[in-house]
Amino acid sequence: MSLPARTLPQVMFDRYRTSPEQTAVVLRLNEGETALTVRQLVDGALGYAARLRQAGIAPGEVVIALLPPGAELLHAFLGAMFLGAIPSILPFLTEKLDPQRYRESLDSLISVTRPAALIAEPDLADVLRTQLAHASEVKAMLASDAPGVDLPPIDTATLEGLRAAPDSLALLQHSSGTTGLQKGVALSHRAILRQLAAYTLALGLTPSDIIVSWLPLYHDMGLIAGFLMPVLTGAKLVLLSPFEWARAPWTMLRAVSEHGGTLAWLPNFAYNFCATRIPDRELNGLDLSSWRAVINCSEPMVAESHRLFSSRLRPFGLSETALATCYAMAENVFAVTQGGIDRPVRLDRVDREMLVKQGRAVPAGGADRRTTEVVSAGEPLANCEVRVLSPDGTPLPQRQIGELVLRSDCMLTGYFNRPDATASALREGWYLTGDLGYLAEGEVFITGRKKDLMIVGGKNIYPQDIEYLINQVPGVHPGRVVVFGLFNESMGTEEPAAVVEVDPAVRLEANRLGLAIREAVATGSEVTLGPLKLVDERWLVKTSSGKIARGANREKLLAELGREA
Amino acid sequence: MGHTEARLREYLAANCLHIPSDEIPLDQPLLSTGLVDSFHLVDLAMFIETELGARIDDTELNPRTFDTLAQLTALVEQRQP
Repeated sequence: MSLPARTLPQVMFDRYRTSPEQTAVVLRLNEGETALTVRQLVDGALGYAARLRQAGIAPGEVVIALLPPGAELLHAFLGAMFLGAIPSILPFLTEKLDPQRYRESLDSLISVTRPAALIAEPDLADVLRTQLAHASEVKAMLASDAPGVDLPPIDTATLEGLRAAPDSLALLQHSSGTTGLQKGVALSHRAILRQLAAYTLALGLTPSDIIVSWLPLYHDMGLIAGFLMPVLTGAKLVLLSPFEWARAPWTMLRAVSEHGGTLAWLPNFAYNFCATRIPDRELNGLDLSSWRAVINCSEPMVAESHRLFSSRLRPFGLSETALATCYAMAENVFAVTQGGIDRPVRLDRVDREMLVKQGRAVPAGGADRRTTEVVSAGEPLANCEVRVLSPDGTPLPQRQIGELVLRSDCMLTGYFNRPDATASALREGWYLTGDLGYLAEGEVFITGRKKDLMIVGGKNIYPQDIEYLINQVPGVHPGRVVVFGLFNESMGTEEPAAVVEVDPAVRLEANRLGLAIREAVATGSEVTLGPLKLVDERWLVKTSSGKIARGANREKLLAELGREA
Repeated sequence: MGHTEARLREYLAANCLHIPSDEIPLDQPLLSTGLVDSFHLVDLAMFIETELGARIDDTELNPRTFDTLAQLTALVEQRQP
């Protein structure tokens, strides 16, 4: 489909005019289903636009939605956009999270992003009003339960979002973080619409497609593939809660079976999770034959995870050709490549030693310990160019590993209020992804990462954030903590691992300290700590300048655990 | 310590907490603190069903049903045949 370069609200209102009674979203939450027609979706959003306008929110100001998955979140997000404000979705406060850490993280974000409004469920809105350090700098804290019933309906002709310039900002996509590392990727209407035009072409997406998604909307994969793309192009979206999915992964499969779902995006760990954690009784009677693409995206893709998923679900109708792959990043709105749509995902069998030691992907014969399988991420979208650069910035030939850099017509406008971060991420119009990989026969293969970032179950986590949390635990020698990612084969994802120097002055009993550290990570972040090693002052490897060397400590721990780097 | 508690201890120690099994405090909150996360919980429920013969429904995998080892042991014992 082709979308003329205008604004997202215009596209939404076109759909509102032509097919108001079409089902836009089926919310499958709390074991029930609610269908939202295009009219209901837009009307709910207009309610929020009216409330935000009444609260004094002006076009161009940032509105942050801190809401659980559900109609209110969709309405609030679209409503802010209709008004010409810049919406962004961030995680809401769950039972597990430490409220104080949550507020600290929000305060840190507010100091950079300077939002004009926060929208949260009533209890959280109350807490934020009274307890956020930066509360007075936010114009409005809106509670989601008080729809503007007494407000006169908004005159759509006055909505700035319908008249905005295509290059004005449509939304911010935030990365998580507690130590000021979080960056809001600012995206224009034009960039998003160009991404949707290129990506729908690569997918062959039509309005008869049905997307089933449990992905959180505060990550790019959920926001674009699991919300904006279907809602703007007319494909039906069946939206599930990530929390319900985590404790009952078969809910997604049931939704695919009942609705005839055709597309889904999953992080790699979800393939392992579905393959190994679903009892037979939950699969009996399911028909997954409608699924034309199950797209692995957002963390390193593992061939074995595909095999596990496929062999578990083929008896229930999963097509052999359904497995697909995608390389995506918020800085490009979403997808950079797509594979596995017209033909099966390519697996590149290469010599392991050449790959690790020489940075070259040399095709190898048999499947043994000397070879490794790299899963193709597919070809770049029609509007994206991918190159591989050596450390000194020169383009590398095919099958040589280097940093992947990207150029497209749908890139970020910048990191919001962070010109420093924008400048260091771009070089002569190319975005430096920080990912390592190679090109072969027109396809992109990802082999690792240049930066410290960990990807845990599809979530981007900076080790510095986890180190910060551990540093606060009494009994830990402050500053003597190192965190890094270790791949867990049975889970199909990275786990954060930590080496922590014990403060000799405190001498807490080791296991109590271990539990306290795990609890600090669990309640202060989105992830659970994996391997943890408590050490004395002799263990940690330092650089000549006395800094703790992340890579060297990771290798040392791996050697102790008897694993390869 | 009963058999059920011992098996649960062993399981939680090895799979979630990574500490010796006899050092998990009976009253340590596990779910509300995130020490046992939602992905662990699915595994835990499968372990309880296949190894201990008690069924815990996925809708019950939350701190309102059980949060500590003591509460979990009581729940499983109550449901064992």
